[in-house]
Formats: sequence, structure tokens, C-alpha cells
Amino acid sequence: MLICTALSLLPKETSGEYGPIAGYVPVVLLLLIAIAFPVAALAAGRLVRRKVETPEKQIPYECGVDPISDSKDRFSVRYYMIAMLFLVFDVETIFLFPWAVIYDKLGVFGLVEILIFLGILVVGYYYAWRKGALNWV
Amino acid sequence: MTIQQIVFIVFALIITAGGVGVLVQRNPLYSAFSLILSFIGLAAMYILMGAQFLGVIQIVVYAGAIMVLFVFVIMLLNVRDDELHPDRHKYLLYIGVPLGLGLIAEVFYVVTRVQIAPAITDMHATGTVGTVERIGVGLLTEYLLPFEATSVLILMAVIGAMHLAKREKE
Amino acid sequence: MPLLLFSQPFMDSPLIPLIIEWSLKIFFIFGGLMTALAYLTWFERRVLAYIQMRLGPNRVGPAGLLQPLADGIKFIFKEDIVPLDADKFLYTLAPIMSLVPALTCYVLLPFGDKFVMPGLNREIPLHITHVNVGVLAIFALTGMGVYGIVLAGYASNNKYSLMGGLRSSAQMVSYELAMVMSIIGVLLQAGSLDLVEICKHQAGWFGMQWHLFTYPPTGIIGFFIFLIAMVAETNRVPFDLPEAETELVAGFHTEYSSMKFAMFFIAEYANMVTASAMATILFLGGWMGPFVDQFPLLGPVYFTAKVGFFLFLYVWLRGTLPRYRYDQLMNLGWKFLLPLSLVNLVLTATIALFFM
Repeated sequence: MLICTALSLLPKETSGEYGPIAGYVPVVLLLLIAIAFPVAALAAGRLVRRKVETPEKQIPYECGVDPISDSKDRFSVRYYMIAMLFLVFDVETIFLFPWAVIYDKLGVFGLVEILIFLGILVVGYYYAWRKGALNWV
Repeated sequence: MTIQQIVFIVFALIITAGGVGVLVQRNPLYSAFSLILSFIGLAAMYILMGAQFLGVIQIVVYAGAIMVLFVFVIMLLNVRDDELHPDRHKYLLYIGVPLGLGLIAEVFYVVTRVQIAPAITDMHATGTVGTVERIGVGLLTEYLLPFEATSVLILMAVIGAMHLAKREKE
Repeated sequence: MPLLLFSQPFMDSPLIPLIIEWSLKIFFIFGGLMTALAYLTWFERRVLAYIQMRLGPNRVGPAGLLQPLADGIKFIFKEDIVPLDADKFLYTLAPIMSLVPALTCYVLLPFGDKFVMPGLNREIPLHITHVNVGVLAIFALTGMGVYGIVLAGYASNNKYSLMGGLRSSAQMVSYELAMVMSIIGVLLQAGSLDLVEICKHQAGWFGMQWHLFTYPPTGIIGFFIFLIAMVAETNRVPFDLPEAETELVAGFHTEYSSMKFAMFFIAEYANMVTASAMATILFLGGWMGPFVDQFPLLGPVYFTAKVGFFLFLYVWLRGTLPRYRYDQLMNLGWKFLLPLSLVNLVLTATIALFFM
């Protein structure tokens, strides 16, 4: 019942004179051009320039000192934490998009819904803060 | 063959190539990038079916966020090519192949035998079935409880993530 | 389930003109964009020089206007060095992966309304395409840019590159959250994710309908959060930690030379333009301006001017501000901008309730 009334309030499709999915065709077209451009540029460069390889030239540049130990060093677990928190909050923001678009149809109901949704998540955010997951050092 | 079929086959090939790439690559980072390719093909497939929102979300969340985590984990563990001994797990081949064949048979059965519900044709014809407005209406009216429950799920994920990563520090 | 690529409405409109129209537009946008990006380097160097009381490049051509061309030729002819023990395939893939999504974004950006081509009697929209989920599609594409940078760091076999790549990706994902949160308020007013619809929603009232000014102060707060996040997203001063030369040589592109280096460079500038265009569309009314209803071709002019303002701002910031420290950067993103944008969102929703 609720969904039927809400559906009747939806705006008419606004994608112009072509089908809504056909609007993605230019995206694919430009994607192909965007892939072709760097490949062509690299190929062109390969044809015209010289290549003189010397051992010194190929050493990774670490401020003029020859590199010691392997470059694939271990790094801070912080980066992993950031990626994980990002993933969680990214999913949360995704849920806000459909809500925002139809907010004017939902009214007070929509505000209450999202306050509950965000309220639960703020608990998680607060927890992460208190646990020091947001501290860097 | 119609244009639809050609486009479908192109993206199906991309997805399959990505999937095969995940399996056959020795370097886990190469596997991860094959998976990203597969996800992008999958997103295109969703969009082809009119599920625009879902298709873009597939890229934002899977190819964008989850794979960043994967890549970080791979780099954090820093497994070298020569440290991997895939040959040690030869016995897995004898389990994996029959299971794979079983899966193919199952998919074949579903595709050929199971009755597929008729598409909601008027919505499909105009392509409005997967728009963000339609998703929003569904999510915030009929499926409100799952929507709110999702936030609890995300909360659990935050707490879980904290504990997983913190254990190493203390 | 039917595939919707060529659904009924598409078949109604004549197919061939549409494809010609798309191709022509893509050709012009791509060509114009490449030129603009090349001249952006010249613009940045000149402005930066004037800020620092220098002259900047002024030898090649009048006022140094041929400098980008000279740079381009140089990039092609320079030797392409691959460091020892680098992963050759990933090393080549990295610049491509950072350039491709940066360039693909442009297909979605609207730069004007439609106008009737004289003689052709055909209404030409001044955007290549627009899709129902435009904003998210842009975020999806820019989000893919992270991989190019991580890959570059990983494949270079250099400690500094690896650190730079990691820092950069962590920074980009952190600020993406605040960025997305800050624009939800705008989407809530526009009621659409379609970039064309968002622009049209800001028409009229002599710019007072721009989302920058609506529901004060939420519009302005959202705008500033977006502004800070967009500078951080594009790894520019004062958030250019990934290539902090005092700490990391040049960050993720330390080992890159020749055309591959140029690609990272182009990708960075392309991302700057995309971010500026997004700020324009979301907060400054896109192509809206005086008399744009009567003369639709003014739209692209206004749009370019507004984008140009943001690009100038980028250079201005670079000439003025010192670099952040990495922990300060992370604190700003996670502990200040993210909660602020959340509060701002709730505030916008509450105010909107009384006015909608």
C-alpha cells in the first residue's frame, strides 16, 4: 500500500530522447578512446626514442645511496585499518544516496528513518574513535 | 545475432577472462586485478539489464572499496612468488574438479529447467526499474526493516574490524 | 530478462544521427580537454611564478605559449627507464590505470543546456550523455584512480614509491568519505543524481538558488568540506603528502620517466578539472548564469569560467600554503571533516523539512 502511493509520486523518467541505458554507450566509447590514447602514446614513444641501459641507471633512486634491503618492506597495520574503516563507512554512504533522492517525498518519516540509521552508525564511529582506530601515529 | 547479444557476449567474455585470471595467476596482486576486471564486467551486465544503481554500486563498493582492502592486505602480507608452493596442494585438484563440474551442472539445470518469473515489462521497457529513485522508494518503505538492520550490520562490521586489527598491536 | 541497451525510446529516435552526434561531441571534448590540460601546466607555472615574483616559462613562443608543446615533444623523446627488478607489466599498467578513469569522467559532465543548431534543425544537448546515477558514476570512476597509484608504488621496486603509493591511497579513501557525505545535502535538495537535473535545479534567482547559498549555513559548510576534500583527493598542496619531496623523493612516481611520467601528470590535471567541474555543478549552478536561457551557448562559457576559478584556486593554494603532516591530515579527514559533514547533513535534512 505504502509502496504504491510512493511509486505514484515518482518523477517521470528524464533521460531524454534515447533509452536510459543507451546513455551508457558514450561512456564505453570514451573508455575505449581513453584506453587507446595511453597505449598509442607509449607505442609512439617506443618507436622514436633511444634506449641505452646502464646498470647504474636502473638502480632504484633512493637519494643517491644504493638501496639496502628489499623494497617490499613491511608497513604499518594502520593502512589496513583505514581501508577497512573506509569500506564500512563507504557502504553506509551508499545507503544515503537513495534516501536523499526521495527525501522530499518522505518528509518527517524520512528524517526519523535516517536519524535511526545514522544514530546506530555514530555508535560505531564513536567506538572506533575511543578505541584509537582513528589515531595516526 | 542482435546488438544486445553481441554486447552481452563481449561483457560475458570479460567477466570470464577476469575469473580465469584470478585462478591462474601466481602473483596474488595479479589475481586481485583480474577480479577487478571481472567486477567491472559484472557492473556493465547489471546496467545492461536496467539495474543502473546496482551496476554503479558494484563498481563503487566492490571494485572501489573492497578491492582496495584486498590490495592492502596482499601488500601487507607481502607473499613472494617463490614462497608460494601451489604444487603442495595437488590433492585439492581431485576435490575441486568434481565440485566445479557439479556447479556447472547445477547452473545448467537452473538456466534450462527452472521457470523464470516474467519481467515487469512496462518498467523494463522504459528502463526505470533500477533507477536510484525506485531503489530508494523500495528501501525506505517496503523494505525499511532490512534497511535499518543494515546499519546494525555495519556497526558489527566496525567493531569486528577494530578487534581484528587491534589484536596484532597489543 | 530483456536487455535494455536499445529499448523502445531509442529505436524511435533515428539511430545514425545520434551516433554521429556522440562521436563528434566526444571528439571535440577529448581534443579540447587534452589541449586544456596541456595549457593548464603552462597556466600553473605562470601563476605560480607570479605569486613568487618570478616570470615563469616565457621563452618558447609568445609569453611561453608553446611551452606545453615543447614539453610534450620532450616527453616522447626522453628515455624510458624501468628500474631493476621492477614488475614490468604492472609498471606499465599503472600509469594507464590512473589515466583511463580520469579521462572517462568527462563523458558525464554537462557543460550547458541544449541549443538548436541553425540549418540542421536538430536540438543538440550541450552534454555528451547523462545517466540516472551520474554523481555515483563519477565517484565510481574517480575511485578507480587509486589503483594506478598503488600499483605504481608497488611495481617500482623502490621504498619511497611504495610509501608514497600507500599514503596516497589511504589519503584518497579517507577524504572520499567526507566528500560523499558533504554532497548528500545537495542531492537531497535536487532530488536527483542526474548531473543535468542538479544543474537545472539551481536555475533562476540570480544565482541565489545555487546550492552554495541554499539553506544557510549548510550550503556553505558543505561547499567548504567538498573543497577541502577535493584538494586532498587530487593529492595537491597542502595535501600533497604522496609526493612530499622532502620525505619521499617524488612519492609513487619517483621511478617514472618519459611518457609514463607524463601520464601520471595528465591524470593529476584531469582529476583536478573533474573535481573543479563537480564543485561547479554541485554548488555553483553548473552552466547557469545571466541570459543563459536566451542564449544557451553562454552556458559553456559560464561553466568554463567557474571551473577556471577553481583551477586558479588550486594554483593559489599551491603558491600559498605549506604542506600538512601526515597524522594531521588523517586527523582532519577522520576526526573533523567526517563528523562535521554528518552533522551538516542532518542539519540540511531538518531545515529542508520545513521548506520543501
